[in-house]
Amino acid sequence: MKIYTIAESINIMSKTIGPAIRERNKAPIQQMMEEELAAGADMIDLNLGPARKAGDEMMKWLVETVQEVKSDVRLALDSTNSVAVEAGLKVCNERALVNSIDANPAYMAARLPLVKNYDADFVALTMSEEGIPRDANERAVALSTIMIAADELGIDHARYWVDPIVLPVSVDINQVKSYMEFLPMVCEIVPGATNTCGLSNVSNGAPDELRPILNQVYLMMLFNLGQESAIVDAYDKDMMDLCQGKLVEDTAFIKKMQDGEAVTATTDREIVLEKTFKALNGDVLYSHSWLED
Amino acid sequence: MAFQFPKDTYSGSILEIAVGSGDGIAKVGGQNVMPLCNFEGDVPNRALVAMEVYDNVAATESWTAEAKAPFADVIGDPVAWAKKCQDEYGAEMICLQLASTDPNDMDTGADEAAALVKKVAEAISVPLVVWGSESAEKDAEVLSKVAEVCDGMNLILGPATEDNYKKIGGAAIGYGHTVVAQTPIDVNMAKQLNILLGNLGVPANKIIMDPSTGALGYGIEYTYSVMERIRLTALKQGDEKMQLPLICDVAKYAWKTREAGISEKEEPGFGDLKTRGILWEIVTASDLLVSGADILILRHPESVRVIKKVIDDVMA
Repeated sequence: MKIYTIAESINIMSKTIGPAIRERNKAPIQQMMEEELAAGADMIDLNLGPARKAGDEMMKWLVETVQEVKSDVRLALDSTNSVAVEAGLKVCNERALVNSIDANPAYMAARLPLVKNYDADFVALTMSEEGIPRDANERAVALSTIMIAADELGIDHARYWVDPIVLPVSVDINQVKSYMEFLPMVCEIVPGATNTCGLSNVSNGAPDELRPILNQVYLMMLFNLGQESAIVDAYDKDMMDLCQGKLVEDTAFIKKMQDGEAVTATTDREIVLEKTFKALNGDVLYSHSWLED
Repeated sequence: MAFQFPKDTYSGSILEIAVGSGDGIAKVGGQNVMPLCNFEGDVPNRALVAMEVYDNVAATESWTAEAKAPFADVIGDPVAWAKKCQDEYGAEMICLQLASTDPNDMDTGADEAAALVKKVAEAISVPLVVWGSESAEKDAEVLSKVAEVCDGMNLILGPATEDNYKKIGGAAIGYGHTVVAQTPIDVNMAKQLNILLGNLGVPANKIIMDPSTGALGYGIEYTYSVMERIRLTALKQGDEKMQLPLICDVAKYAWKTREAGISEKEEPGFGDLKTRGILWEIVTASDLLVSGADILILRHPESVRVIKKVIDDVMA
């Protein structure tokens, strides 16, 4: 198992990174980036949030700051301010990933030309101005809408990182299943595209100490359905090990269950994996105490 | 070849729970089919209708004349009110609403409330549901006291929520009562609270679930969906944590809707106020009945009469 990892920690919402960005203090940011790379991150997400005020200067400075550490680092430019995204694109040494573009016409009009002009990759977020998609079909409609607009500009399908939108298991199991139903369709709708996801949202609302196991098992299940990349916490060692293919026994065990083979959980770890798989697969109704169920 | 009804099969069944004590004991649950699918399996017990009784006259001040009229001679006397519901209006249970214990209301103390509960319980033969003011902290105090004072009477005490289930659940275990586990229209939270009560030591056959009521026009479809999912999980997936009877607090939510209470002068298009509130309660209750309710808490005798007739038809 191999998942391409986008490290999520350089974020203006962070208590340490937020002030560092605003004060143009390079050290904490460069240190965090070195740590993320050392943990094995393949790409670094730079999240400035709305960045309404002087977002362009901030993004330019941030890209240059992280490129001082590693000039050929791959970067995801994450802001709802398109001017800030463009300022970052201008100074990225490598092909950047624009995070993100959904099927909202105004958003596509502002951002798809940037993807074209800077030969960037982009996250195609399968939602529209009507909000979160309710099922696999609405995800397909949103992706097709994006594709129609991007095709007009002649954007190569290899530029797409399709994000089918992970939603919390504690809110609606049908959305957890819809993601899994939709994921294999991505390569049929946009041949040549890759995919990514905001994985940890699956465990949003779950007890903090139990979130990692939900994230891990869901990613193992998604990998078997074609998941190639995920935005993850690079400081979560188990998650990074999983993405780098080191949790061989766990992934084999989940694969068997997903293939419908009969398994007998013998170790404590296998019992945890089996219970979590069943909750995420909708075989058993999720509750916050699913491991005691 | 004669036509054969297609039949679904189920892997689970709802626990049968006995409430009340002595001659007045009643059973709910026990079915192994979805609502209205009696032809597919066994439905050993009818859904039961509980009638509301309020602990203090203040709670009824905002009621319409039509809602008050059947109780004109007993409002302010909960014991007489309960007996009237049982003897004249055919209530199969009484639900004593301890509205005045609300800290934002009269803040009636736990001892006083518990003494009233005992008086009412002793005056009637049908099972008694005791409902707090839905102030988590105060309910924990009041219902614990009620449990103690009414030791062994197997009352139905609630609602217990995520915030106060330990105290209410603990008292129910100690004094042999049944607990209402209430969650805010959410199937995952409903399961979680059942697990927490189970971990605390409350036996499964001492728990009744309250999925929270959205009245007609005010989210009833959400309650309907959640009840449907609860039942499918219990019966199709065989999830033991969900195989419990359901109680729906209809009266409070149906009667506080704008449609049930607004005058004909203000809304001439809404029709006769006298029948409107009753109809609102009946339609809300019948919707929840067909989505799986085992106990319905109602207010008006006419609603009770009609809903009992609907239940007769469903069971026939």
